[in-house]
Amino acid sequence: MPRRTDLKRILVIGSGPIVIGQACEFDYSGSQACKALRAEGLEVILVNSNPATIMTDPELADRTYVEPLTPEILAEIIERERPDALLPTVGGQTALNLAMDLAAAGTLDKFNVELIGASVQAIKVAEDRQLFKDAMREIGLDVPQSGVARTLTEAVDLATTLGFPLVIRPSFTMGGVGGGIAYNIDELRDLAERGIELSPVHEILVEESVIGWKEFELEVMRDCADNFVVICSIENIDPMGVHTGDSITVAPILTLSDKEYQRMRDAARRIIRRVGVETGGSNIQFAVNPKNGRMTVIEMNPRVSRSSALASKATGFPIAKIAAKLALGYHLDEIKNDITRLTPASFEPAIDYVVVKIPRWNFEKFPQADRTLTTQMKSVGEAMAIGRTFKEAFMKGVRSLELGRSGLMFAPTSFDEEDDAALRKRLAIPTDRRMWDLFRAIGRGWTAEQLHDITKIDPWFLRQFIDIAAMRETAKSHTLGGIDAPEMRTLKRAGFGDQEIALAVGEKESAVRTKRESQGLKPIYKRVDTCAAEFESFTPYMYSSYEQVCESNPNSRDKVVILGSGPNRIGQGIEFDYCCCHASFALREEGLETIMINCNPETVSTDYDTADRLYFQPLTFEDVMAVIETERSAGGEVSCLVQFGGQTPLKLALALQEAGVRILGTSPDSIDLAEDRKRFSALLESMQITQPASGTATSRAEAREVAASIGFPVVVRPSYVLGGRGMAIVYDVNTLDRYMTHAVDAAPEHPVLVDKFLEDAFEFDVDAIADATGAVVIGGIMEHIEEAGIHSGDSSCVVPPFICPERHLATIRDYTRRVARALKVIGLMNVQYAIKDDVVYVLEVNPRASRTVPYLSKAAGVSLAKIAAKVMAGRTLAELGLTEDIQVAGVFVKSPVFPFVRFPGVDTILGPEMKSTGEVMGGSTNFGVAFAKAQLAVGQRLPERGTAFVSVNNDDKANLLPIARDLAELGFHLIATRGTAAYLRAYGLEVDVVYKVNEGRPNIADEIVNKKVDLVVNTPLGRESFFDDRTVRRAAMMHQVPCITTLTGAAAAVSAIKAIREQGLGVRALQDYYAGISTEKV
Amino acid sequence: MEAILALEDGTWFRGAAAGAIGEARGEVVFNTSMTGYQEVLTDPSYSGQIVTMTCPEIGNYGISAEDVESRSPHVAGFVIRDESPMASNWRSDMTLREYLVANRIVAISDIDTRALTRQLRSGGVMRGVIATGAQLDPAALVERARSIPQMEGSDLVRGVTTEHAFDWPEEDPGEFGVTPERLPKKRLKIAAYDFGLKWNILRRLSAHGFDVRVFPATAPASELLAMKPDGIFLSNGPGDPAPLTYAIANAKTLVTSDVPVFGICLGLQVLGLAMGGSTFKLKFGHRGANHPVKKLSTGKVEITSQNHGFAVDPASLPDDVEVTHLNLYDGTIEGLRHKTHPVFCVQYHPEASPGPHDADYLFDDFLNLIEGARG
Repeated sequence: MPRRTDLKRILVIGSGPIVIGQACEFDYSGSQACKALRAEGLEVILVNSNPATIMTDPELADRTYVEPLTPEILAEIIERERPDALLPTVGGQTALNLAMDLAAAGTLDKFNVELIGASVQAIKVAEDRQLFKDAMREIGLDVPQSGVARTLTEAVDLATTLGFPLVIRPSFTMGGVGGGIAYNIDELRDLAERGIELSPVHEILVEESVIGWKEFELEVMRDCADNFVVICSIENIDPMGVHTGDSITVAPILTLSDKEYQRMRDAARRIIRRVGVETGGSNIQFAVNPKNGRMTVIEMNPRVSRSSALASKATGFPIAKIAAKLALGYHLDEIKNDITRLTPASFEPAIDYVVVKIPRWNFEKFPQADRTLTTQMKSVGEAMAIGRTFKEAFMKGVRSLELGRSGLMFAPTSFDEEDDAALRKRLAIPTDRRMWDLFRAIGRGWTAEQLHDITKIDPWFLRQFIDIAAMRETAKSHTLGGIDAPEMRTLKRAGFGDQEIALAVGEKESAVRTKRESQGLKPIYKRVDTCAAEFESFTPYMYSSYEQVCESNPNSRDKVVILGSGPNRIGQGIEFDYCCCHASFALREEGLETIMINCNPETVSTDYDTADRLYFQPLTFEDVMAVIETERSAGGEVSCLVQFGGQTPLKLALALQEAGVRILGTSPDSIDLAEDRKRFSALLESMQITQPASGTATSRAEAREVAASIGFPVVVRPSYVLGGRGMAIVYDVNTLDRYMTHAVDAAPEHPVLVDKFLEDAFEFDVDAIADATGAVVIGGIMEHIEEAGIHSGDSSCVVPPFICPERHLATIRDYTRRVARALKVIGLMNVQYAIKDDVVYVLEVNPRASRTVPYLSKAAGVSLAKIAAKVMAGRTLAELGLTEDIQVAGVFVKSPVFPFVRFPGVDTILGPEMKSTGEVMGGSTNFGVAFAKAQLAVGQRLPERGTAFVSVNNDDKANLLPIARDLAELGFHLIATRGTAAYLRAYGLEVDVVYKVNEGRPNIADEIVNKKVDLVVNTPLGRESFFDDRTVRRAAMMHQVPCITTLTGAAAAVSAIKAIREQGLGVRALQDYYAGISTEKV
Repeated sequence: MEAILALEDGTWFRGAAAGAIGEARGEVVFNTSMTGYQEVLTDPSYSGQIVTMTCPEIGNYGISAEDVESRSPHVAGFVIRDESPMASNWRSDMTLREYLVANRIVAISDIDTRALTRQLRSGGVMRGVIATGAQLDPAALVERARSIPQMEGSDLVRGVTTEHAFDWPEEDPGEFGVTPERLPKKRLKIAAYDFGLKWNILRRLSAHGFDVRVFPATAPASELLAMKPDGIFLSNGPGDPAPLTYAIANAKTLVTSDVPVFGICLGLQVLGLAMGGSTFKLKFGHRGANHPVKKLSTGKVEITSQNHGFAVDPASLPDDVEVTHLNLYDGTIEGLRHKTHPVFCVQYHPEASPGPHDADYLFDDFLNLIEGARG
């Protein structure tokens, strides 16, 4: 049946900012859906608050709204745009929940908008745990015993019937937020209380534990003719009890017989039918008891998911794209398989390789966080690797994580000396380091049986790990010269990187490489083709292996290799993938062949049609060089782009250049010059550009010396890091000593940078593009809303600057141009500035794409990354029509989102180390509304009236006064702790006193919990945060009371509240901003 | 121990012995199913063939006594990428290697099975030899591959059919079988030809309410009709259908007997020939568990289990034979029905094993046909 003809305009909702559990996989699926819908001639209206997405590129939809994802805003957009249908299944849990809210509020009915892809009823059955269980029992499937609790008492009652351990799952939350495993009544109370609070419907499921059972997932699709296919089967190596997002997973399923697998497939078909997902993809999770094969259904997601993105990359079958087409009424057999071209999409991909996905965590940024892995996802990213065998895929996956030398499977660590009992405990209670613990245990000779008893990991995987460890032991017993060709081949076929082998035999990686090549061992490339080679593949989507026949088949065109940014982590996320994608789009426009190398399955860059050729490979020197050599073999010139993928490709730049690879754009030497603090300081000095006093140190003594000469406070950080990893503001010698002792291993080759910290300065970020002629165009000057000391990625910022005097802006522009020319930048450059006491300082220069490039591009309607890529390929800015600095199309505020809600016990205070996972953008014609929208988009619904609690440290009291006065004028009832209250009262403000947390009860935390407070302004009371503040901030966060921790933030909030009260928020499409069309209600 | 797989086109692969010691000869084919290596090994339709599994990790869940499709493995040889060093499954009785050695099946592992598959895809299935041991001479093995008789024109059915007729005991579908939608009021009698019958067909027939008596392939049709069956079944089996003149002749008798007839795989080809059609050899066959088949009467797509190297030529069919199912990969015939006689058959495997259960409804169709024929 051809597609429905009654649908003309489709509303697509994105997933909002990147948060744990909802990352760029939804940009991948959302942009695929948009492309598919538009290819069908439909008009797409897109809403997503996240500017760092490909889906919000104005050319991907007819109408693009970068607006907060709330029911009210969506209703306004629907009223304005009048879509025929809403596709809620490609924007994660956020889009699904919003669709449900819009349905419940009657908005969809009122404007006659049809839900396509999943009905309200289907979403309810899938998402409401009790309805789902009932439905499963009705079709004869087994589910864990459970009950629903809406109060603590109900939860405790359920515990007595079900027995411990118990799994707590809040209803309608994403990524398992608020869930966990309770082994005793105390843990149950904690989890139940939190879960009920966090669930939007305030209920939790208390469930029989199937911890330790084998965990499986099926990615399935169904069309409106009831055709059903399984796209991919996934096995979790970590058994039940660890969230699948935190599990190492493998595709296809490796330890089920056909009988067991087909039973699961039958169940999946019945489930999708019973739940009523009529078109599209779903993810269904099962647990299987390894002792007797009992299979239970765990849950179902009636939408595309992180797993479906993984499945798409693992098989070459684009689930989201096909789901969008099915939603229009197509049948699976009416859609072609892009890869084989001749066969239809109504089939089940057969794969002839093994895919391993390994999560990446960022616990080092949250030292107080509990590293235990449970049913609530904690990882921030993932790497996927493809190999011809499990071993090969696993070893490639480990090196794709980019954890440095210490992340290699066999690297010695501080835990090596630990006794067996401690090791056993670390294995039994999974954390992010369990895999390394496992190899440590194997090294001690623990058997597969012992390890299975402790970890419940399937013996098949344990045996694979034991074999890998044995190979390594054999290699270790030799010198490099003693490794003959067959042994080297065995190691390489098992996925060992040159670096792992080098570590084993105590040689340099380059020596291993030379030896290996002399033995004639080089990787070849196989294709991901959906069909295990049964048909010819027309898409060059490849992975390496040590096999006989290479299918890479490069051509002789000149080409550019774009190095991606690897697994997402805090500080290096979707923004860089966005830049890599744009680089590819731009170079294709320039007629160059583009080759993408990346290992992050969530991304758009690893979509097989983003670049001409895709190598799904780790981003190490070994793996990148092998691709380049293969591509070169056909004769064309191969150059490399390292500017777009963040720090990952930059780290490879020098080595690649030394190996004879042409690096496009800014030279690696200039990159090094910008990174090398001594060289860079000298350069700035010679240009008479001011910079904070600074020095470098490789030891405690040196650090003390530098600090003594420039004076405290100082900012310390390792060089060559992104996201402020290991960055700290230090006020005294003792802290400095502590820092030097524990930070030096962050990057042993590079010294620690020590800079004077400019307290209370205002900070700015500038992104600029320079070309080979020395022309420089400034993309935008972004003013940070929070004062200095907070990492730029964690700071809200605004374009254009709103309170900075023009003369300083002129200085900033001048410095930017001069620095770009001095560094001979070709391509993008980001400069950070601070202004203190009327002096403009250059804090830092990064000659590469920055985190703010997508945001600025969206604000201006110009893709800076594309222009930069073209410039790097040899075009001049003048040729591209860029002779003047770029102007933004309105006022745009960027605000960060934080993962604190997942890490109980972690302070929410901000500092120089980046902690945010994602960002949103709010736009308007004035700052107040733009800021209010950005706040709303990160979940901070600023109150228009009510009670404001203010509590600031002594230094801040004077600056608090105007803010408090504004709040009072706006009609807010002010409450404050004694000191702050006394100060404000002295200036004639009416303020009630409330107890601090340690002063008695009811205290401020109680007031927050009791919902008596609508706004919190709380700056830290001291250099080291006190328990009192933390409790207040945490309570505010958990109860979703806006909590502002800086005075500039508070001032911005006040202007936002004013703006909301005066004019409301309004909505406006990016296309209208760029065309200068005003649509806002005034 | 070393092993070599040599093909008639002169290519050869060096790998490791993964089964019995010795030499295996046969037609080299590939199967893309990601599960079910044990069912593949024991499917008599693979008689005379060296089977390559494209799924790289094989043997992981071992061998289970319950998962056999016949008494013993029938493949001529087995080719895999990575042999599991162990068996991990609660139902497992032994490792793959133990099973292959015990049943004298020669196997090779650790070769580039994807390269081999691509070669078979582009060059077509070809004859090959697996040999194990030291100092193997690849050139000599290639020569030996070239000396293997071609599969076309050979009768492989006689080598796998039962010697004596027997009754399949009644059994319930068990933990892993699909529960049939409905059952006949009283169990019905089926006479089945064994051309190389997979036991799961018998299990499924039994689960759907049929009592089956299995006859040797060479038994005359009259012998089957003499038991006054409610229905006749023609099984799957190995090789080329064209030389099976006795089976084709018997099928002709059965088609016109007006006893309802159901055929699977080779059964379809024999019926196709009996109804006046002709068959041809596919370049590299259909072997796997993911082939989409469209049922033309409803437009619905089934994901099917497949194992055949020959197909019925649609142009050869007389007007009274209707094509009911088509393969969506290459448009070949997947199902036939006689317009006037109660005869229907499919090229694929509704009994699955290995593979999806999407087509189990065909056993219901058989029941409907029988009940319809009886009025």
